[in-house]
Amino acid sequence: MSVVVLEGISKQFGRGGTTAVQGIDLEIDEREFVSLIGPSGCGKSTLLRIIGDLIEPSSGKAVVNGKTARQARVQRDYGIVFQDAVLYDWRNVTKNIALPLELAGWSRKRRQDRVREMMELVELGDFGSHYPWQLSGGMQQRVSIARALSFDPPLLLMDEPFGALDEMTRERLNLELLRIWEQSGSTIVFVTHSIAEAVFLSTRVVVMSSRPGRITDVIPIELPQPRTAVTREQPRFFELVTRVREALHLGAELDRAAAEATG
Amino acid sequence: MSTPVAVQPLPRGRVARLVGRRLRDWIPALVVLVVVLVGWQEAYRVLAIKQFLLPKPSAIGSTFWDNRSELLHAGWLTFQEAVGGFAIGSGLGILVALALARWRFVGRAMMPYAIAANAVPIIAFAPIANAWFGDFSKASKIAIAAVLCFFPVMVNTLRGLTSVKPQSLELMRSYAAGEVEIFRRVRIPTALPFMFTALKVASVLAMIGAIVAEYFGGSFSDLGTLIRSQYQVFAYEDAWAGILVACAFGIAFYLAIGLLERLVLRWQPSTSE
Repeated sequence: MSVVVLEGISKQFGRGGTTAVQGIDLEIDEREFVSLIGPSGCGKSTLLRIIGDLIEPSSGKAVVNGKTARQARVQRDYGIVFQDAVLYDWRNVTKNIALPLELAGWSRKRRQDRVREMMELVELGDFGSHYPWQLSGGMQQRVSIARALSFDPPLLLMDEPFGALDEMTRERLNLELLRIWEQSGSTIVFVTHSIAEAVFLSTRVVVMSSRPGRITDVIPIELPQPRTAVTREQPRFFELVTRVREALHLGAELDRAAAEATG
Repeated sequence: MSTPVAVQPLPRGRVARLVGRRLRDWIPALVVLVVVLVGWQEAYRVLAIKQFLLPKPSAIGSTFWDNRSELLHAGWLTFQEAVGGFAIGSGLGILVALALARWRFVGRAMMPYAIAANAVPIIAFAPIANAWFGDFSKASKIAIAAVLCFFPVMVNTLRGLTSVKPQSLELMRSYAAGEVEIFRRVRIPTALPFMFTALKVASVLAMIGAIVAEYFGGSFSDLGTLIRSQYQVFAYEDAWAGILVACAFGIAFYLAIGLLERLVLRWQPSTSE
């Protein structure tokens, strides 16, 4: 079954304003890991928010888990992770992770058990009573991921979650994310700027171009699972990175041609 | 694992050491106080200042000691009025801020009048409040203190309630959280530091407001009336002793709110160190 189905999605901001995305058709199956990649302003974050019903499309249909995007949000069918960890400063790690569980009305006992499980999953050790300002950026993002997965949503939306981290931390968290994806059995839609990150993580890479944002290419990444640090050193990995890079450049050229034609 | 934390939470059972450090922090201020008092005292010999213009600290001190029960009683009365006004003014300020944050159109309708109310000269308003609520009643003093407290608390709380990051709201929306939940779990906690800053300002304003109102008519045993009547009979040391008591109560109020802030905002780095 498809977890996400987008049909003819377009989004205009303001009346006659900029078109963020146009004519998007995309289907994402269960257990897929799909990356959206493209230049700034190609609408990849907008698309992610349309899936999450945080933005309403101007036209087109978004179906999540067989329901409308709105129903899916109201029934808490997805967890979301932003570039900024968006932790609440007044809650310690444990309570930040438990936030969605509180909102869903879980009992204290059940919350505690689940939080402990989540802390193990993202390897937060015994940082449970620490406050966000006491954690490094990488640790904060782990908390954010644990929180997004705490209520076991079938879908995980990630908006450049590792964009603000240093390369070392980023690569380690990439590996951990793959392990978490394996263990949790969820479907992931992942927005990124990084070609290498997209290729390394994904089962499919969706290449977008800007003005207006649209899908120019969809590249299946058939690297073997599970992927490890060695995957990054395989020739096939580099070929796919090159393939995605070329698709991005082609998209950029199309942009330029379109701009010249209209301008 | 990622880099461990730079700052550990304060371990329990170190209160004594903390107090010790606090005392050390206060030493410079105490030195300044002593220097000023000694300088003030000595200035009479050197500059030949008239006692009625500025009494010696020692004279103020001994006057205070001689009349301490009367002065403290007056201070206590005024303090009660200030606390009453503070509670009403700040409470209303917080409620209005919540309403304004929830319904923006209320804000657009009310804000100009709130600003206008804040611009009313409080000295001019004090006699009017006395006329409304009665010269000798506490109500008029409480009203003035409340008016002074309202605006800073309202504006700062509103600022806090609306300074929530857009992504925090998106996150709450993704959890299908309702407006009440968003206020309870995001907006209000975000606003607390702003609110406490305003409450500290308001605590001092409340004390000032109560004394100003008493100046224009109050019961004979409160602080404003006491200071005024002592001036009228040229008892300057007594008037100064009254001011001293007013300051002491104002500072105590301020510190009490500061303490409350520390207790409530324990999660903040600046307060847990």
